[in-house]
Amino acid sequence: MKELENSRRTFLLNSARAVGLAALGGLVWSAYVDEIVASSLTLRPPGALAEEDFLKTCIKCGMCVEACPFDTLTLAKPGDNRPLGTPYFVPREVPCYMCPQIPCVPVCPTNALSEALVSSNGKLDIAKAQMGVAVVDSQNCIAFWGIQCDACYRACPLLGHAITIEYTKNERTGKHAFMKPIVHADICTGCGLCEKACVTEKASIFVLPREVALGKAGDYYIKGWDKNDEKRLENATSEITKTEISKQKAIDSLNDMKGLLDD
Amino acid sequence: MSLSRRDFLKSSAAASAAAAIGMNVPSNLSAAAQSAESGWRWDKAACRFCGTGCGIMMATKDGKIVAVKGDPAAPVNRGLNCIKGYFNAKIMYGADRLKQPLLRMNDKGEFDKKGDFKPVSWQRAFDEMEIHIKKALKASGPEGVGVFASGQYTVMEGYAAQKMMKGGFRSNAFDPNARHCMASAVVGFYQTFGIDEPSGCYDDIELTDTVVTWGSNMAEMHPILWSRVTDRKLSNPEKVKVINMSTYRHRTSDLADIEIIFTPNTDLALWNYIAHEIVFNHPEAIDWDFIKRHIIFTAGPVNIGYGMRREGEKSLASGKYDAKEMEIVQKEMKTIVSEREAPALAPYGYKAGDEMKHTAGTLNHWEISFEEYKKSLEPYTLDYVAKISKGNPDEDIEEFKEKLKTLASYYIEKDRKVVSFWTMGMNQHTRGTWVNTLAYNVHFLLNKQAKPGSGAFSLTGQPSACGTAREVGTFTHRLPADMMVANPAHRKIVENKWNIPEGTINGVGKQHIMAIHRGIEDGLVKFAWVNVCNPYQDSASAKHWIKAAREMDNFIVTSDGYPGISAKVSDLILPSAMIYEKWGAYGNAERRTQHWRQQVLPVGDAMSDIWQWVELSKRFKVKDVWGEWAPSGPRKEALPSVIEKAKAMGYTEDTTMYEILFANETARSYKLDQNDPIQKGYDNTEGYGDSRRVVGSDGKVFDGYGFFIQKYLFEEYAAFTRGHGHDLAPFDVYHKVRGLKWPVVDGKETQWRFNAQYDPYAAKAVKEAGTDNSHAFYGTLAKALPSGNLSGVTDKEKKPLKNKAKIFARPYMDPPEMPDNEYPVWLSTGRVLEHWHSGTMTMRVPELYRAVPEALCYMHPKDADTYGVKQGELCWVESRRGRVKARVETRGRNRPSRGLVFVPWFDESVFINKVCLDATCPMSKQTDYKKCAVKIYKA
Amino acid sequence: MTKWFYKHRFLISRRITQITLMLLYFGANAWGWSILAGNLSASSLLGTIPLADPFAVIQMLAAGALIATNIAIGAVIITLFYMFVGGRAFCSWVCPVNIITDSAAYLRRALGFNRIQKKQPASRSLRYWVFGLSIVLSALIGVAAFEFVSPVAMVHRGIIFGLGFGWAAMVVIFLFDLFVLTNGWCGHICPIGGFYSLIGRLSLIRVRHFEERCTICMKCKEVCPEKDVLFMVGKSSEQVLMGECTNCGRCVEVCDDDALNFSIREFIKETK
Repeated sequence: MKELENSRRTFLLNSARAVGLAALGGLVWSAYVDEIVASSLTLRPPGALAEEDFLKTCIKCGMCVEACPFDTLTLAKPGDNRPLGTPYFVPREVPCYMCPQIPCVPVCPTNALSEALVSSNGKLDIAKAQMGVAVVDSQNCIAFWGIQCDACYRACPLLGHAITIEYTKNERTGKHAFMKPIVHADICTGCGLCEKACVTEKASIFVLPREVALGKAGDYYIKGWDKNDEKRLENATSEITKTEISKQKAIDSLNDMKGLLDD
Repeated sequence: MSLSRRDFLKSSAAASAAAAIGMNVPSNLSAAAQSAESGWRWDKAACRFCGTGCGIMMATKDGKIVAVKGDPAAPVNRGLNCIKGYFNAKIMYGADRLKQPLLRMNDKGEFDKKGDFKPVSWQRAFDEMEIHIKKALKASGPEGVGVFASGQYTVMEGYAAQKMMKGGFRSNAFDPNARHCMASAVVGFYQTFGIDEPSGCYDDIELTDTVVTWGSNMAEMHPILWSRVTDRKLSNPEKVKVINMSTYRHRTSDLADIEIIFTPNTDLALWNYIAHEIVFNHPEAIDWDFIKRHIIFTAGPVNIGYGMRREGEKSLASGKYDAKEMEIVQKEMKTIVSEREAPALAPYGYKAGDEMKHTAGTLNHWEISFEEYKKSLEPYTLDYVAKISKGNPDEDIEEFKEKLKTLASYYIEKDRKVVSFWTMGMNQHTRGTWVNTLAYNVHFLLNKQAKPGSGAFSLTGQPSACGTAREVGTFTHRLPADMMVANPAHRKIVENKWNIPEGTINGVGKQHIMAIHRGIEDGLVKFAWVNVCNPYQDSASAKHWIKAAREMDNFIVTSDGYPGISAKVSDLILPSAMIYEKWGAYGNAERRTQHWRQQVLPVGDAMSDIWQWVELSKRFKVKDVWGEWAPSGPRKEALPSVIEKAKAMGYTEDTTMYEILFANETARSYKLDQNDPIQKGYDNTEGYGDSRRVVGSDGKVFDGYGFFIQKYLFEEYAAFTRGHGHDLAPFDVYHKVRGLKWPVVDGKETQWRFNAQYDPYAAKAVKEAGTDNSHAFYGTLAKALPSGNLSGVTDKEKKPLKNKAKIFARPYMDPPEMPDNEYPVWLSTGRVLEHWHSGTMTMRVPELYRAVPEALCYMHPKDADTYGVKQGELCWVESRRGRVKARVETRGRNRPSRGLVFVPWFDESVFINKVCLDATCPMSKQTDYKKCAVKIYKA
Repeated sequence: MTKWFYKHRFLISRRITQITLMLLYFGANAWGWSILAGNLSASSLLGTIPLADPFAVIQMLAAGALIATNIAIGAVIITLFYMFVGGRAFCSWVCPVNIITDSAAYLRRALGFNRIQKKQPASRSLRYWVFGLSIVLSALIGVAAFEFVSPVAMVHRGIIFGLGFGWAAMVVIFLFDLFVLTNGWCGHICPIGGFYSLIGRLSLIRVRHFEERCTICMKCKEVCPEKDVLFMVGKSSEQVLMGECTNCGRCVEVCDDDALNFSIREFIKETK
């Protein structure tokens, strides 16, 4: 009987120890994975699902890498400090050349790169890609100094749409004009040809993932002057709002006379 | 900016006056401002690249240029630059800078045409040059010694080269790459004004209401000027109009109110259409008072060929051109008048199907009546012109016609100021001279030329195409300051100045740059020296010239900073100092001369072009070069010996050219002086030698000539200009100001030439003539003409036309090669903003290389489909002459319409000049790089 | 010499198989071959037949990913193959890590580490815990948890697409196996091995032991990376049916007495 109890006790202890160790290992493991997938500055191939879904879905087979004719894509290696094994590109090294036939997407076996996201009217359309968005550092962009550069603009495959030039007078010289590159985030695909072409020592126009670079105006205000803006209404919902002043029930705050009658 | 136009003019005039005496430079921006304690030195210089002529400041630290800034005091750019200028500090420090002379040798150390390059001493290099020049002189006379000169020479080195070639070797086989760039503009100037160089200046941009760009992608090729045009447009967007005339869509269209895409070569018809509109439909717009006082009407022959090789030339006869090439070359001798050109040629007595026999190009022309001129314009109705010139097959013809009408209306609108800018589109043209003169026609008819804010203005491509190539006259046919080799009086003036015997200078100047290439292929030219250019990459039909250089018995020398294609095909390479490693001066497109000092010592054993020429001159004595030369090449008469005359002047048979041309008494009077504020603290490698202690041409350390040779060369050259409407200021003045626009008279620069209000020479001419004319076109070339009609001369008696300019009757004609079934696409070549010419400098600046690492083939997406090629993939571009592989770009900066592709030429690995045709304007000899026929297919 | 080859016939075949597969993958990336593209996580055979790592797909499922048809088919093909044919053969015939761990094991034997370290500090069942954790963690953090730390994937991706610091993973496995734990990675930790052990139980290809020929030299047990599966050696004639057997064939090779050989599974158990 005692033996039995002993062995049961041993069994319970062993089980508890195993579960504890598993929990320990699991915590360390998940913390590590969480950390490495949290690297948010990774640019994905065209047609990539939203980052969270992409990380779920990409099986890291590298077939997109093999399909890219410009060697733009690489699979994250240990040491790259990016989610291991996932495809990404660094535009300053090799940008996406926006092939019209988008060879990297149809080969994806898991649909982590989705043809639907880079198609319009059922045909592949690379201009629909949203790999990221170009951002100009107007402190260091030499066009903002008045230098006649626009190398990014001329490099842009969607020149005149994704990047346009804003002309303003240069009052200092009195006879020259600034020609400043302006990125249109709704059209920019994030291919990075601009970042590659930028002639400053470190690129002054660079591509960031859209979720990093872009803000978001709420869906509760629609531009009255822009018919297209109406489409944001699809996501609009009504929500109960709560601030410091409204967090109590109305009746409670009404009944709380604290301080009101003080001198 | 509420500055009214009058205020502007006043302040601008005051500013230029102040500039002339060196006052408008705030002390904190002053070039001389040096901060010794900061460890670097700022000094002014001019940008190395295009003809805009931006002023820059160079920072030097520890003997290297470390930084550059736009010069805020420079009137052209006011401290700004484009991205080429932005990288001026980096252009001299490419890892593969040439640092020592290299000679093709065999294992025994002998020169061997088939050998590999091996380093040799400067002494050995000059020994080889001496041997091979003497060999060439013996075989072909002076005509056998050729030099590929440059619009990127400094003024002084161009002058030194000119002196040694024409005064020393008596050779006129001396022509610059500017021939490929500005020659049509030059002949246009000469024919119209009797004198070279534009009448207007950049200030026109701020004053005009209308900018029309003809074959000029200013947005990429003259970015700083384009930003001034943009500023002008912004200052009054409603009134100011910008019209872009081009054969394909490029970045200049971005700002344009109207973009007119026309078929290559039909700019001839478009200019005539505008003139037709004026003469037939708006005769009230003609300023008859102006015309009668200032203008005559002229015509010339039309059957002048296309500047290609002519029947009987050696290489044609010996079959170096295959049947495919001959399909085009035979058009040099005769063509069949096409349906397209027939209406335009009707006034000259031709109809479709007629055979037109071509004679060699000629500059001849004669006076005609206005009625004859009007007759020549008759065919250019809107319907005809629109039909032949609409360049975008997908554009509606009615819309196109509307655009043409609007274009004409802007020119015609009374009181509307109009500037017409052009660059290579109108110059690189088999009728380049014609189309240049047609531009002036329109401006003259409307009295909109040589006035503030109005004028036709040729934008130069190269930094000193005006300053060196044209003003110094480093052309086969020219001498300094608009003088001509063919004119005995001019030769005499130059001989006197140079202190060389009368009759030394060879009077036959016909070896233009393509003639030198062809002369090498024909075996006439046995020695050629490449100076500050890259002729083996930049000449069309390149395969022929490279083969001739590599496979024939000749000796090619290239002086360069970097190993480009020309260096590669040479036998000897001389490492050359680059721009800021020597004292120099450039002259920009608006006649502005700008000087700089030597900022740093050259890299390695590199030495300047001046030094190379002067050292070469030490190797040649009176007896070597001034004896009699039998007829040779284009020279049909013997060139008499001048040795006896030389002796009479006190020279001996053994006096060297160095002593006569470069180290003479006058030269030695220009002293090196470290107390001279101009020279103080600056190196002068030619003057003193330098701390590198380079072993020179005699095997000894070179320790300088002992006099201020650059100043001597400049002042001697400048003396030719003074008093002849070209007046340059004294050397020292240029080191106190930010350039001056010549003629500089009484310390004041000139903004609008030929206009009596602004140009002292015009004012003087008007006064002398006793009239109250507004203008005097005082150029003197071809200022007495016979008269006749469109078909020819009827009265041989020459009538003088002092102070007058000319309007020319000149028709539309087809170019020699046009797309057909086999080669269905037009090819145009050109530049991109990021790269300069053949890319030897800019392709070595990492940032510019990364921005544009390769030349792309820009085409319409539908054409890509038609020819089975894809965006981003490689295609072949093939003509009758050769083919190259290039990557297809259907998006990018240039957007051709269907039927035309554009390939830039900066990239040696996309060697597009193997594809291009070496047809030239038969008058200016400038190659047409803008049109030939190709086919496109998958690579 | 011939004898040496004979004594290493399976080892050589395995190495050839492993290297050929890696070469085909590498060739697809480097030179555009289309025989076998991708890597061991997912590939495309002859440009048409999809193949996928079922363990990775299970994690993706747990993470909540939508599984594309192609990838599901690929995972099923691989699962069926190992389930019914190969058993745990992936580990010894395909996986490139096997080369590393085999060398570590060889060195360990040769240097005699096994003699100084008798007690193993971990249980072979650890891999099933890791397997279970992989699934649970994938569900919890929403990504395929093991795929982001898998040294196996680092190695095969590294070989095909470029290594980065992936060599460090190789060295760690090697040193771990050499100094810490005999057959440490493949025999104790790797959940892929665990997964194939589970599905490979029913496969047809099995090693068979003939007790009557056995001289109890125990060479087989010495080379076997999963010693427990050979519990019957010298005791009874039967097939090696435990899923942990990788079908590497080393026991067959080293047996000088022909007491072990490959066989086809017998579903009706023989009586002893």
